[in-house]
Amino acid sequence: MALVLDLFLQFALLFCVAFGGASALLPEMHRVVVAQKHWLDDATFTHLYAIAQGAPGPNGLVVTLIGWQVAGLPGALAATLGMCLPMSIVIYLLMRHWHRFAKHPLTQAVQLGVAPLAVGLVAAGAFMIGQAAGLAAGGLALVGLVALLQLQTRLHPLWLIGLGAAAGGLGWV
Amino acid sequence: MSGRIVPPSAASSAPAGVSPSLRALFLGFASVGLSGFGGVLPFARRMLVEERRWLAPEDFNTLLGLCQFLPGPNVINLAVAVGARYRGVAGALVAVLGLLGGPFLIVRALGPLYTRFADLAVVQGVLRGVAAAGCGLLAATAWRMGRAVRGKWMFLPFAVLAFVLVALLRWPLPAVMLGLVLLAATAAYLDGKRHGARA
Repeated sequence: MALVLDLFLQFALLFCVAFGGASALLPEMHRVVVAQKHWLDDATFTHLYAIAQGAPGPNGLVVTLIGWQVAGLPGALAATLGMCLPMSIVIYLLMRHWHRFAKHPLTQAVQLGVAPLAVGLVAAGAFMIGQAAGLAAGGLALVGLVALLQLQTRLHPLWLIGLGAAAGGLGWV
Repeated sequence: MSGRIVPPSAASSAPAGVSPSLRALFLGFASVGLSGFGGVLPFARRMLVEERRWLAPEDFNTLLGLCQFLPGPNVINLAVAVGARYRGVAGALVAVLGLLGGPFLIVRALGPLYTRFADLAVVQGVLRGVAAAGCGLLAATAWRMGRAVRGKWMFLPFAVLAFVLVALLRWPLPAVMLGLVLLAATAAYLDGKRHGARA
């Protein structure tokens, strides 16, 4: 029970600062879940991330999977609730008045200031996943190829994930 | 379940006569959750604005603006906002359940396979390959987001600083964000004032 409560609290705290969404939060999730709490090891964390990538659904799904891996169904529910609850309450209270705040100079200043931080955090997420997966030269080449294809072509990301799965299955990564 | 707790206020300009039931909210968001791979925002917009017309296009932009302004998972925040708008707390709950429930059940059904085969070299390889692809996709996303930042010379140093503190030095995120949001927002505010004075 203490574990389930802790899952809820950790993810509630994490998602209070998750500017840029769940992907931007990957390094911090890794820091708390793997390095600090020792709930999962590097390999399992990477696998859960990969499974969430390969499955349909929003990016936040990885949180549900982590909770489930750590403490079964109660863990999945606690982690998911922790992710959703704090901001849900804020949204609930704010949404009818948002149109009045949206144009305020302070709101716009925060919005402008947060954007570059989200960029840095998403890049940190990419770095952290590559590091935790322990990618060799082939893996790094795949990362570069996927990033290039995603930027230069209109291929659906699912094809690129399939490409990664195939290359990995063949032992190239 | 009680009815709506948040009445559609005068400020909200939802398309007239729209009042999705709890069941409709659940099914609508379930369809969104199941259709997107690696991010479902485009599908959420299509469902909400084009298919079911629960939100007018400008309403969608305003609500998404709020969800992106606040921390947290954007699409899940959006489900909360839409659910709460039409059916109060219960609506918010079923919308999120719909969004995450389907994908979770799929992964859950495949779970035993994972426990059984996770040690196989091929499975390890496939998962590592998918993680590498995800890493590439994230890098591309960061690049695109970086290109969209306004005032690059002033703001991209903050992106670099966030990356260094979080990825390389592994500082705790809450402290990093608190400090950097204050700094970056102050810079943006002063810059805005300067431009405002000039205009």
